[in-house]
Amino acid sequence: MAISIALSVILLLGVEQLRTQARENFSQSISGTDLVVGARTSPIQLMLYAVFRLGDATHSIRWASFQAIAQHPAVAWAIPISLGDSHRGFAVVGTTPAYFKYFRYADGRSLAFSAGGPFGDIFDAVIGADVAEQLGYHLGDHIILNHGAKDIGLAQHADKPFQVVGILKRTGLPVDRSVHVGLEAIEAIHLDWQGGAPIAGLSIPAEYVRKFDLNPKELTAVLIGLKSRVGVFQMQRFINQYRGEPLLAVLPGVALDELWSVVGIVENSLLIISALVVAVGLSGLVAVVLAGLGERRRELAILRSVGAGPRVVFMLLAIEGLIIVVVGSLLGLLGLIALSHFAAPFLQAHLGISLTAGLISAEAWQLLLLVMATGFLVSLVPGYRAYRISLADGLTPRL
Amino acid sequence: MNRSGMGRSGVSEFVIDIENLVFQWPGRNGFRLSIPQFKVKPGERIFLQGASGSGKSTLLGLLGGVLLPQPCRLRVLDTDMTALTSSARDRFRVDHVGFLFQQFNLVPYLSVRENVLLPCRFSPRRRQRSLEAAGTNAANALEQSADRLLAQLGLDAALARQPATALSVGQQQRVAAARALIGHPELIIADEPTSALDSDRQAEFLDLLLERCENENVTLIFVSHDERLAQHFTRSIHLNELRG
Ligand SMILES: Nc1ncnc2c1ncn2[C@@H]1O[C@H](COP(=O)(O)OP(=O)(O)OP(=O)(O)O)[C@@H](O)[C@H]1O
Ligand SMILES: [Mg+2]
Repeated sequence: MAISIALSVILLLGVEQLRTQARENFSQSISGTDLVVGARTSPIQLMLYAVFRLGDATHSIRWASFQAIAQHPAVAWAIPISLGDSHRGFAVVGTTPAYFKYFRYADGRSLAFSAGGPFGDIFDAVIGADVAEQLGYHLGDHIILNHGAKDIGLAQHADKPFQVVGILKRTGLPVDRSVHVGLEAIEAIHLDWQGGAPIAGLSIPAEYVRKFDLNPKELTAVLIGLKSRVGVFQMQRFINQYRGEPLLAVLPGVALDELWSVVGIVENSLLIISALVVAVGLSGLVAVVLAGLGERRRELAILRSVGAGPRVVFMLLAIEGLIIVVVGSLLGLLGLIALSHFAAPFLQAHLGISLTAGLISAEAWQLLLLVMATGFLVSLVPGYRAYRISLADGLTPRL
Repeated sequence: MNRSGMGRSGVSEFVIDIENLVFQWPGRNGFRLSIPQFKVKPGERIFLQGASGSGKSTLLGLLGGVLLPQPCRLRVLDTDMTALTSSARDRFRVDHVGFLFQQFNLVPYLSVRENVLLPCRFSPRRRQRSLEAAGTNAANALEQSADRLLAQLGLDAALARQPATALSVGQQQRVAAARALIGHPELIIADEPTSALDSDRQAEFLDLLLERCENENVTLIFVSHDERLAQHFTRSIHLNELRG
């Protein structure tokens, strides 16, 4: 009985936990970015692929557009991002060293290296903490990038291996799961490619790529930090009205709010479902205690014979229910903590949500208290039934 | 009404003093228990028999203050039961009366010792008295007192920590007897405590119970269908004789 309550509490708190953690994570990832720029699409979609590496970009933006934005007087820094390749399931991010210098997350923290430093040479790569840990990479290791997001095996840039020159400290962001290379490198590995496939008969060895024009031509997105946040709407308008090509600039906070209002419906239905499961668990408890009362009429009579009044009997039964609920809830809490411990790597890998295991949000505590309070209220039902029984039975239970 | 007039300075004249008692279960017209007079002196051990459904258990409930009759004289240990509130009657019951039932006398999720000590949990008086009986100031004096009572009833001290359900029916009844006796209540009410036992166990149990009551000068009301047991008591009554 306590177990079924524990399970329902795990579900309820788990949903709540995921919800808050996901929000926390998402808003932390971009807390230091004023504008996110990409090809014109929906703001949410832009956020999802540019910041959280979820889904693919439909269009790219031109290098010239990036330059126009980066040189705008209001812009403090601009980080170009070029996505599309992968390494054993991890996203490859083409960017510039500005990324390591300017990117801010959480409360203004910047990226830090646990080993090595930013990329300097064309075939240098900087990997996130998860990449290093899960694939067991160290400085100096050579890695081969895949074309496209999926591991297809065939479409590899096998002729142009990269060397790990830097490993980033853990951030809890998608950064942990990314391989960062220079924009020139992205150009270089695609020199002999066209339309997503190697050009037949053409193979440019790594030694020769430097002879080609490696200036980046296309980007996926740009992260922008402004000198002053006051000008953010002006800057947004400037980008959205940019003449060179259709661009979209979004304020991350606004886009996230939009995202949450979409996701909120799902979240709330999930919460409602789990609340219903808890309700089922609690009514199961009441049903079981009530059903057991018939068998326990003798016990009630014994309690009466040793001086327990009907009111004491009422309290005893109510407290009994409460204890079961409290034990169940605490079991559920422990279960959840254990579960989030085990599920954390999985969630991190597949949803990009990093769980701070063991950390229960204030809302979750409130929910837990609510469950216990409801548990106490429903326990009054068997309590009242026992009260009636002990009044009617006295010392001679009718069986 | 006048307490001193009843001669209650040490021991009252009657432990049970009933006149013109009438009781009906609420909402049930078929059954009516009426007792013109019933008096029991301290130290009496009464054997009460009667047909099934004649109202023996009902009478015991009235004596224990669980049931309330129509206005009449119903005094137990010189206390007017009809004048007490229901919680005062609950309190009176545990302070002065020990109960024994037919079967399943124990609370299943408590240990043997905890079962014995139940009355002490609800009654400071019983608690005090069993502490006095223990004759020590040790922290576990109460437990010692329970264990000694169990031993007097032929139960090994090793059983004290067992869950109540681990015992045989005969052992359970002895534990129930220990619970009725602990803290030295003046009156013990036993409702067919032996009917679930085979005849050997019955005799054994009755001997122990009567011995304890005799030693401690406790008044006993003992209900049974088994007439052969009547000889062990100071008085044998048929409920029909009491009913009017
Ligand atoms: N809790 C109760 N509620 C309503 N009626 C009751 C209750 N207990 C007993 N009665 C009724 O009171 C009458 C007397 O029952 P009681 O239990 O006192 O008889 P008894 O002499 O103890 O019988 P037995 O030998 O079978 O134990 C019966 O008609 C019974 O149906
Ligand atoms: Mg009976």
